[in-house]
Amino acid sequence: MLVYAAKRFAGLAATLLVATALVFLVLEVIPGDPAQVMLGINAQEDTLAALRSQMGLDRPAWLRYLDWITGFASGDLGTSYTYSVPVADLVAARITVSLPLALLALALSTLIAIPVGVYAASKRGHWQDSGIMALTQVGIAIPNFWFAMLLVFVFAVTLRLVPSGGFPGWEAGIWPALKALMLPAVALALPQAAILARVMRSSLIDALHEDYVRTARAKGLTRTAVLWRHAVRNALIPVLTILGLQFSFLIAGTIIIENVFYLPGLGRLIFQAITQRDLIVVKSVVVLLVASVILVTFLVDLAYALVDPRLRRH
Amino acid sequence: MAGRSSTRAGTIGFLRTHKALALGMAIVALVLAAALVSLVWTPYPIDVLSVPDRLQGSSLAHPFGTDQFGRDMLSMLMVGARTSIAVALVAVGIGILVGVPLGLVAAARGGWLDEGLMRANDLVFAFPALLSAVMITAILGPGAVNAILAIGIFNIPVFARVARGGALSLKSREFVLAARVAGKGEIRIIAEHILPNIANLLIVQGTIQFSLGILAEAGLSYVGLGAQPPLASWGRMLNEAQTMMALAPSLALYPGLAIVITVLGLNLMGDGLRDLLDPRLKRRVA
Repeated sequence: MLVYAAKRFAGLAATLLVATALVFLVLEVIPGDPAQVMLGINAQEDTLAALRSQMGLDRPAWLRYLDWITGFASGDLGTSYTYSVPVADLVAARITVSLPLALLALALSTLIAIPVGVYAASKRGHWQDSGIMALTQVGIAIPNFWFAMLLVFVFAVTLRLVPSGGFPGWEAGIWPALKALMLPAVALALPQAAILARVMRSSLIDALHEDYVRTARAKGLTRTAVLWRHAVRNALIPVLTILGLQFSFLIAGTIIIENVFYLPGLGRLIFQAITQRDLIVVKSVVVLLVASVILVTFLVDLAYALVDPRLRRH
Repeated sequence: MAGRSSTRAGTIGFLRTHKALALGMAIVALVLAAALVSLVWTPYPIDVLSVPDRLQGSSLAHPFGTDQFGRDMLSMLMVGARTSIAVALVAVGIGILVGVPLGLVAAARGGWLDEGLMRANDLVFAFPALLSAVMITAILGPGAVNAILAIGIFNIPVFARVARGGALSLKSREFVLAARVAGKGEIRIIAEHILPNIANLLIVQGTIQFSLGILAEAGLSYVGLGAQPPLASWGRMLNEAQTMMALAPSLALYPGLAIVITVLGLNLMGDGLRDLLDPRLKRRVA
């Protein structure tokens, strides 16, 4: 297991390195003069020169890249051009919105998907199953930001149960903050849950046909006991894989949903940075998000190997 | 096929899948027709603003009403269908044209080339289309072409994986070995034996990626990274409708429904095609 983990970790480090190089290449090398991109064609020559020296553009690209990633490792992400504050501070403030939102959505979608998938599988072929499958089919087709708009219309504009957007900050108390994240999390979670429920269902149906299920039944265990204790446990493995694969969609979804609800998270930060052409902020936030996807894939791989020893040999 | 006890159940299941396939195809055909017609005709021009006509409800003249700028919603939806389909189609095209050859070469050569290509694929996979679009927009500014590029790049590893997997499973089959014994070269074997046999897989995956592409395009246009005015797009329409939610919720309803129905149609078609083209996979994949 240790050898496997070490191998995977080396792979993770290599992927991270290449990913950062790719982002650096696209945002700092391909544009030619990033200072010119940031300031536009009407920029004054002295402003340009000042920004060029702030970004260290007189030095070769590979040196700037090395500086950037070593800075990254020590938590120094450079200084935002438009806000004139360290990017690390901006990110730290915004991540307290984005991360809880993503985790809340992840938890919600799993909590909904697993029971629904198990129920559908246990009622396979009955109307309950067909109904759930039809609903999930529609759920997959719904864009989360549109679903978010519908939720706002029903629960905020019409029923006035929750705020339609904005974030009071965690210092306003846990409950008001959670309340502000509720609708966005539901909007992210439900379409996600539709996919997971389908995976759970088909994986459980496969598991229910395995020999160990028949053996457990023959031993005298009840249907429910066999379902939960044996079949569901094994059926969760593919669900875990899909959960990992869906993580990049969850990240993208979070960024978009933050715009629907005017939440001051990483998504808002990245769009403000684009409008202001603050490449320093864009570069770091993109790398952070990509790194989180790569890290989750790595963790899912490890979890997978823990559950299924056969995989460690590859 | 596990769990299918009688032929009758099989027939009913078969009919059911075909019904879904037929429904899916009908929806896709309708959206496609709307998009094609919009190339030559829309009920009203979408680039002419007419403030006196703004926010009208459904009527004979405007079946879906008008938006806050007085533009006819039906015309906007038709042009939006064209934008969605064009972006998703070209993005799938990029995925197939680049991804499939990569996957086939990886499968044929194996070794470090295979390993390298697959690792590169993993890397691209870590960049959701949205993040690629963010980077492209940051240096080039927003536009529909960015959306195509971003979604297309994300499609490459998907098709490479499908092509590689399909080719690997065929590599040691008798007809491929026979072709090799007959002296055919690698390229001829791929063109004459591998490609025709993985075409089904590619068609099914293409349908799935097409529907994901429509969703991605809508999302990108919604946040302003995709189609720019005056080009109409369902995502943009939703963006513009957002501030009008309290006043005119129908502005947000129709474009959203258009996306859901189109994606649903494509997914039904994809599922149906998969069942039709590869019965072994039937009901196993969610």
